[in-house]
Amino acid sequence: MNWFIAFLKSSLGKKLIMSLTGLFLMIFLVVHLSGNFQLLLQDEGKNFNLYTKFMTTNPVIKAVSYLLYIFIFLHTIQGMVLWRQNRAARKNRYAVPVTKTSSFASRNMAYLGMIIFIFLVIHLWQFWFQMKIGGIGMITYDSHEPVNNLYEVVAYAFGQWWYVLFYVICMIFLGYHLMHGFQSAFQSLGINHKKYSPLIKGIGMIYSVVVPLGFAAIPIIVYLLR
Amino acid sequence: MKLTLKIWRQKNTNSHGKFENYQITADTHMSFLEMLDVLNQDLIEQGKDPVAFEHDCREGICGACGVVIDGRPHGVLKGTTTCQLHMRFFKDGDTITIEPWRASAFPVIKDLVVDRSAFDRIIQAGGYVSVNTGQAQDGNAIPIERDTAAKAFDAAACIGCGACVAACPNASAMLFVSAKVSHLFHLPQGKVEDESRVMSMVTQMDKEGFGNCSNVYACEAECPKEISVENIALMNRRFIKSSLTSNK
Ligand code: HEM
Ligand code: SF4
Ligand code: FES
Repeated sequence: MNWFIAFLKSSLGKKLIMSLTGLFLMIFLVVHLSGNFQLLLQDEGKNFNLYTKFMTTNPVIKAVSYLLYIFIFLHTIQGMVLWRQNRAARKNRYAVPVTKTSSFASRNMAYLGMIIFIFLVIHLWQFWFQMKIGGIGMITYDSHEPVNNLYEVVAYAFGQWWYVLFYVICMIFLGYHLMHGFQSAFQSLGINHKKYSPLIKGIGMIYSVVVPLGFAAIPIIVYLLR
Repeated sequence: MKLTLKIWRQKNTNSHGKFENYQITADTHMSFLEMLDVLNQDLIEQGKDPVAFEHDCREGICGACGVVIDGRPHGVLKGTTTCQLHMRFFKDGDTITIEPWRASAFPVIKDLVVDRSAFDRIIQAGGYVSVNTGQAQDGNAIPIERDTAAKAFDAAACIGCGACVAACPNASAMLFVSAKVSHLFHLPQGKVEDESRVMSMVTQMDKEGFGNCSNVYACEAECPKEISVENIALMNRRFIKSSLTSNK
């Protein structure tokens, strides 16, 4: 086992963890986004609330969601460790920073990540945690058992202009994180090949624009239609 | 051409450095190092301490001469070392900021000279091949496919200058180490130590206090030999595979 710990603690091992957890989080975002689109159905939240019930009670999805919490935790902790080590590797800064040959996103992954983390904490506290502690009203559909009316809470939040603004700005930062992160995750795994890399870069570009745009569009539309 | 030079002056590793300004008249035909020679001649004649900078071949092959010029390791010109940069790339009246490589693993020895022996220790950890002693082998006895030979050669072009470390926001040595790993990996002579090499070299790299790679790719852009980050990907997969499957 010692060899395995040593492997994961090496610089490349740490990047492997970042890459695999990052890729998992990117798949999760697609699932999350497709669920969120139900907020736009104009059905007073029926589909969304029933979907929420399914997602929080289905045993398979519950198992995957625990994996998700672990991965968010690992990605964040590991990201912060890398950030500290990388800063220590250059204690004296340049008078003229060396920035002309690299992208903004690539140089600021840790700061972008920290903003996403703050967003995640607020986001989870507001919706997920409130639901866990029973702080959300119940609603009954078609004489089934009552379910959490998460839609009401979300629609209320999305009715506040400042909340919509905060959400949209965070999605822009997420977009930058993904713009660098998507292709970077493949490079960390050792996948850089002239046959595949242009495709990876292309899909990464599309993904990092479309996914955050999709997330951001929902509160804007809910706000405008309220 | 009249220039103002803003140069990092530092007595020794333990002292605090600071920038000093110098006025100089240079010629567009001079190389960057010749321009510094002129400055040093002036300083010596005035009884002052000349600026320490490293140099040897002055033809872009030894890797000694790296400094950061206006935020660009080895200066603005792509694919060239400081010694191959000429003053025609500057304008009359320019202020030029000259700093040493800044990395915790490359402590400043004096002024613009840094200690790059961390690179030597990484090479010692695994950058060698086993050879038969005795009679010299015939030059072309081992056939190597052309593209493979080209890949090995491209990686072997690395002169160990350290510009990749200087350019990286994390002061990571991944481009250098991967160039060495890749160069030997592609050749049949390198197969003997293939698995242990990548593991020992990465372990040594981590020990030296270089940063981790964030795939920023500033290294590739600033490398005077234009070493590709494909070598880093190769090292990543060799390292993952060797760590998981070798007997070490
Ligand atoms: C849903 C949210 C997130 C997704 C989809 C995501 C995705 C990714 C991906 C794919 C990478 C590239 C991995 C690699 O280079 O191998 C990455 C890197 C990184 N992430 Fe995230 N991330 C998310 C949230 C966060 C959070 C909350 C933090 C915490 C502060 C964070 C910090 C970082 C850092 C520091 C890196 C750069 C590591 C390095 O290359 O040195 N990320 N992320
Ligand atoms: S990879 Fe390029 S920049 Fe880095 S040491 Fe080798 S020649 Fe210099
Ligand atoms: S002095 Fe040798 S590479 Fe510049």
